[in-house]
Amino acid sequence: MSTPPSVLPDISPSRGEIGCICGLSQSPTPLVKRCRTSIQSPPRRRCPAGQRGARRIASLTFLDVLLVLLALFLPLAAFAAELPALTGRVVDNAGIIDAATKAVLTQKLADFETKGSDQIVVATIPSLDGEEIEPYANRLFRFWKLGQAKENNGALLLVAPNDRKMRIEVGYGLEGTLTDLHTKLIIENDMVPAFRAGDFSGGISKAVDDMIMVLEGNPEELEARGERNQQAPFNSDDLFFTIFIAIWITILVGSLAASILPPIFGQKIGPGRYRWLGMTFEPSRRSSSGSGSSGGGWSSGSSGGGFSGGGGSSGGGGSSGSW
Amino acid sequence: MFAQRLSSPSIVRTLPAFLLMAIVLPLLAGCGYNTIPTAEENAKAAWSEVLNQYQRRADLIPNLVETVKGYAAHEKDTLDAVVEARAKATQVTVTPETLKDPEAFKKFQDSQSGLTSALSRLLAVVENYPDLKANQNFLALQAQLEGTENRIAVARRDYIQAVRDYNLTLRTFPSVLWATFWFRSNEPFANFTIEEDKLQTPKVDFGTKQGG
Repeated sequence: MSTPPSVLPDISPSRGEIGCICGLSQSPTPLVKRCRTSIQSPPRRRCPAGQRGARRIASLTFLDVLLVLLALFLPLAAFAAELPALTGRVVDNAGIIDAATKAVLTQKLADFETKGSDQIVVATIPSLDGEEIEPYANRLFRFWKLGQAKENNGALLLVAPNDRKMRIEVGYGLEGTLTDLHTKLIIENDMVPAFRAGDFSGGISKAVDDMIMVLEGNPEELEARGERNQQAPFNSDDLFFTIFIAIWITILVGSLAASILPPIFGQKIGPGRYRWLGMTFEPSRRSSSGSGSSGGGWSSGSSGGGFSGGGGSSGGGGSSGSW
Repeated sequence: MFAQRLSSPSIVRTLPAFLLMAIVLPLLAGCGYNTIPTAEENAKAAWSEVLNQYQRRADLIPNLVETVKGYAAHEKDTLDAVVEARAKATQVTVTPETLKDPEAFKKFQDSQSGLTSALSRLLAVVENYPDLKANQNFLALQAQLEGTENRIAVARRDYIQAVRDYNLTLRTFPSVLWATFWFRSNEPFANFTIEEDKLQTPKVDFGTKQGG
């Protein structure tokens, strides 16, 4: 693994040093060393002060704060800058998949997700910028949060044509079905020969077909997963409970509010009649006639249209290859 | 009567204290009382995942050694080195409690990196045996081993991150107050150092790059 660029959040040298400084209990020494090498005149006088303070609280010097700030802001900037956005099920940033294949793949992957809630995403990036494909794929997978939150049933097929590398990254929940060996075989048998012949679209769609085939190879599990993660989570218990609570709140709070609030905030338009929020209230007659009442509608939780990750994560399952 | 006279001022005195407690106690959670224990548990969980993946690697090795033996019996030295390194690595275990001990942590790290280098030597030697490389069983083992090495890398990264978060809570401003006044026994956890990361770099996918 060549030394990754500074954007890599966790194992790049600078970040590793930060982690190591925090990790060792005899932290003042590396801190001092770092301070001498990196920052010049003004903090130099502070270093001995930090050394003198034996208690932990005393060692919280200017440098600590600086390190913490660095640690906090570096990864944010790095993440925002580098990873591509999840624009759909096929993110072809390298432009190697033709439009027809892309449409077919998108449809196929959408159908597959409705069947078993497994999310497969195909991504191509022009170049890895010197990073290894494994950490990049893992970072991208976690950034996009592929798969459902509780199932972690996502898979990412990543191709970096300039580096001539590809990887299938598998979420925690699919590691048992789509094993490392399966992904290896898919890469070596489907993608490598096609890619060598220059047929990216063909290789990718064949690989996706095989991934779906492997994942469907365990149909009971797939259907069970699909049922657990229905798009409209209509749990009848929850619904009844919500309605029950809503009715009680309406009765208790609503009547109280309707009798108390209009006289205070509203405009008096007659004996015992008040106008407030565009509605006429008559608290004495214990009824309110709404002229423009719109009972705040029930909004469904599902967002139509766009595609987004379900909150899954990956622990580095899958395998990579090159051509 | 006497009791009444005694109790009424005491109620007056304790009531504000009681109210204060009722308000303050829930606020403790908001003020970050939970920060340190949460970060500590996260770090321990991340550590368990590291151990889990190292264990998985150790479990794969006997199979690998057996398979290689069938084809390359006279690479005895390399095979023995792997077996020995594995035995050494499985002897050293670091529980979450000993994470605070940099010595024990170092020992664990050294034993695992010894196994890593022995393994990569073995997989380099295997390059000389085309029959072995064509063996389906060996291919499967190799894929699993690669996957495990990658999972180890991910687990180590997660652990580094979790430990950094935890150690930061012990040393940075709002939570350092809790650390000094309440969690006095909490110590920073040891973390993987960059030197070991560099030792790790000769990776197992050595075997596939030429064969691929």
